[in-house]
Amino acid sequence: MSLDLEMEEIVKVFFEESFEGLDAMESGLLTLDSHADRETINTIFRAAHSIKGGAGTFGFLEISQFTHSVETLLDEMRNGMRAVTPDAVQVLLQSVDVIREMTQSAQAKQPIVTVGADALSGELARILAQKGGAAAATAAVSGAETTAGAGPAPGANPAAGADAAAPGAAAVRSKPAAVVPIIIAPGSIEGWRITFTPEPTLFKTCNDPLRIFHELATLGPLEVIPHVKALPSLEAMDPTLCYLSWTLVLRGHVEHARIIEVFDWVEAVSTIIYEPLYLGGAIGEIQEPRGNPAPAAPSRKPATAEVTAVAAAAAAVPPAAPAAALKAAGDAGSIRVATEKVDALINLVGELVITQSMLGRFSEKYDPADLEAMRRGLIQLSRNTRELQESVMQIRMLPIGFSFNRFPRLVHDLSRKLGKKVELKLCGENTELDKTVLEKIGDPLVHLVRNALDHGMEMPEQRLAAGKSETGTLELNAFHEGGSIIVEVKDDGAGLNKARILAKARERGLIQEDEILTDEQIYNLIFVAGFSTADKVSDVSGRGVGMDVVRRNINDLGGHVQIFSTEGLGSTIRIRLPLTLAILEGQVLRVGKEIYVASLVSIIETVQPTRERLSSVAGRAELFNHRDSYLPIIRLHDLFDIEPDSRDIAKGLLVVVEADGRRASILVDELLAQQQVVIKSLETNFKQVPGLAGATIHGDGTVALILDVPGLITNFLERQSGRVELAA
Amino acid sequence: MTVNTSAADATKESADSAKEQYLSFILGREEYGVDIKKVQEIKGWDTVTRVPYSPPHVLGVINLRGSIVPVIDLRIRFGLERVPHDATTVIIVVHVPGDRGERTVGMVVDAVSDVYNIAAEHILPPPDALGSIEKVFVRGLACQDGKMLILLDVDGLVVASVSDAAKAAA
Repeated sequence: MSLDLEMEEIVKVFFEESFEGLDAMESGLLTLDSHADRETINTIFRAAHSIKGGAGTFGFLEISQFTHSVETLLDEMRNGMRAVTPDAVQVLLQSVDVIREMTQSAQAKQPIVTVGADALSGELARILAQKGGAAAATAAVSGAETTAGAGPAPGANPAAGADAAAPGAAAVRSKPAAVVPIIIAPGSIEGWRITFTPEPTLFKTCNDPLRIFHELATLGPLEVIPHVKALPSLEAMDPTLCYLSWTLVLRGHVEHARIIEVFDWVEAVSTIIYEPLYLGGAIGEIQEPRGNPAPAAPSRKPATAEVTAVAAAAAAVPPAAPAAALKAAGDAGSIRVATEKVDALINLVGELVITQSMLGRFSEKYDPADLEAMRRGLIQLSRNTRELQESVMQIRMLPIGFSFNRFPRLVHDLSRKLGKKVELKLCGENTELDKTVLEKIGDPLVHLVRNALDHGMEMPEQRLAAGKSETGTLELNAFHEGGSIIVEVKDDGAGLNKARILAKARERGLIQEDEILTDEQIYNLIFVAGFSTADKVSDVSGRGVGMDVVRRNINDLGGHVQIFSTEGLGSTIRIRLPLTLAILEGQVLRVGKEIYVASLVSIIETVQPTRERLSSVAGRAELFNHRDSYLPIIRLHDLFDIEPDSRDIAKGLLVVVEADGRRASILVDELLAQQQVVIKSLETNFKQVPGLAGATIHGDGTVALILDVPGLITNFLERQSGRVELAA
Repeated sequence: MTVNTSAADATKESADSAKEQYLSFILGREEYGVDIKKVQEIKGWDTVTRVPYSPPHVLGVINLRGSIVPVIDLRIRFGLERVPHDATTVIIVVHVPGDRGERTVGMVVDAVSDVYNIAAEHILPPPDALGSIEKVFVRGLACQDGKMLILLDVDGLVVASVSDAAKAAA
């Protein structure tokens, strides 16, 4: 593997881990809001620290510098020197965003924009300058940057220019057994002596000492002294192990941090001792700083620094193993699958192979006596196939938690911005649904949550006045029901104001002055395009998709939205989605010579109409009396221009369908089988066709078209009434 | 992808790099040519499922190894006399640019004829009078073995035919 390639892989791992670290920081910071415990702060600190170390190593100095300020603040928090204030948490959260942005642009190989970082640096400096930090002013200034990645760094804050490290902190952090403290008098360093003793497994971590030496040589004149004592005899030697150790003498005024950077990758798998060489007379004379307990007495205040060189045992940074790089190679189009799901698949394929070989026997010689065995084999084959299909579907299923994860932050930020107190409850995060559905449900959910916070939830005073608790509750809930998944966004806010919606709709001419609507119809008005509570435009819900888009997105996924609301007590928005987009429980229908498939979920029942139950309006619109309501009759043969068996409704069948709360009946000639069909796109090679949701392939290899029931109803009603139906 | 590699191959094979390969097919008594790089495969007649709201030349869709592929009848498209589809009727499956990447479309023709190497300088501009074929869909005319070959612009023709269907449907 070439060095470049290797680098590329390792940098990839860095990005992967950084984003994970940022997520960890974010979720940690959000829990700090309610209760600050030491372990959480530690977790956040560690994440920040790893990011800083990694960024420094890979030369993303903007990121490492900024993260350093963040780390300093966190360090003070975890040492109990600073209280965790909501103000500080907010700044830290913003910092997470800034670091994420910078890391993203670094990942995209674009120049890192530091505008956000610069702005926040000031903010961080301001917080750091407030008490606590000032109390620690006697702390040592670190002349050199500290170890990247491994031991925690004594916090110097270059961005803020203020020193904030705690004098006692070093003792807490350092692990005495592994740490060799070195004291440097800055300015007088004339070189370094490095004792580099890698573990025998060095090569297995994809590290090459030669690379390190080459890199060191770029910093100044380098002398390499190998120690070969540990080298075994040729026959006892394992060529994959490293038996050598080295003493390196690097001359010139080189910053300690630079050297540490070079060794950063091997730090975890080797013992490295750094010793500064002083200008003590002739150049090149080496002084032993160890055993010199009172070094160049610091007359100047900021003259000392503590540099911790952490040896193998103390390693906090895992070696960048190639395996990890492979794991991280996935991109947006990939999917992470639980191993057990894959194992189940492998088992099934194994069974399938066994069944196949069993059936294969019959082709070799045909004996009528085998017929029964062959029949059994075929039954087994069909069972295997079905199970395999189900398991493959399982692979696309992901827990909805992936989508819910973003909400704690969103709710935290929004409620802060709006001055509202909101508690977010997430339920059923482990409910699984299809990846495509999951991806597409994210934006509509964000919109619904924003709406609930902005319009639904009241201000704390209002809530108290209404006799409710000051803190509102927003609940996101996901669960399975039948063949669908239900996602609910529930708030205990003010609920929908029916009178205002009605007034608005009348004002906009969406409904007639005297039209009487059911509650459901009123609520559905908010989904009409352009309908907005425009008297209250805010940058919170003025952005992004509107409610009409929310409904359209959900309808596109084959789902539908329902609203329940009680004025003064809150509203619930309930989204029903199909579990998967790839397979449909279908009812096969025949009209004339053509075959269509309708989703079984949309079919309520099928009836053979009698003439008494048929009636017409104005001689044209045909209606069917079904359980005391009159349903429009959609003649599929007219709509799709098919020659039917008979044009007489009484000789056909009426399939009663429902979508978006509207019902209609579709006239067909015959009902055929009910079966699961795989949905194929018509659009990929052709075009979207009105009334059709896609196509599927029959057992005989021919194509059958799938009806778009909601589309059919909408189109039909629009054509009939000539105006947009509001009672969606 | 395939197009690129086959293009490279074609260049390698023929010493004269200006020559391009055309697949020719028969419609009635006429012979037409299409850029062979556009052709994915040639398959026999298959059951076509009619799609509502399609113009007459879009016969419907077929199942091509799991993909739903629309089929255009070039006789109807060009206003030639309709003939029943039989065993010699073939479908030329071509790739054309679509809204989202490539699109696969089948063209029904009477029979596939030959593959010709034609140099660009031997292609004559199409005359103004071409009957019912829009001039924009004709790349030019070429003379091969004393026969006239009408070279078609597959991209333009197929995209227009399929989106006609969309327009009719809308």
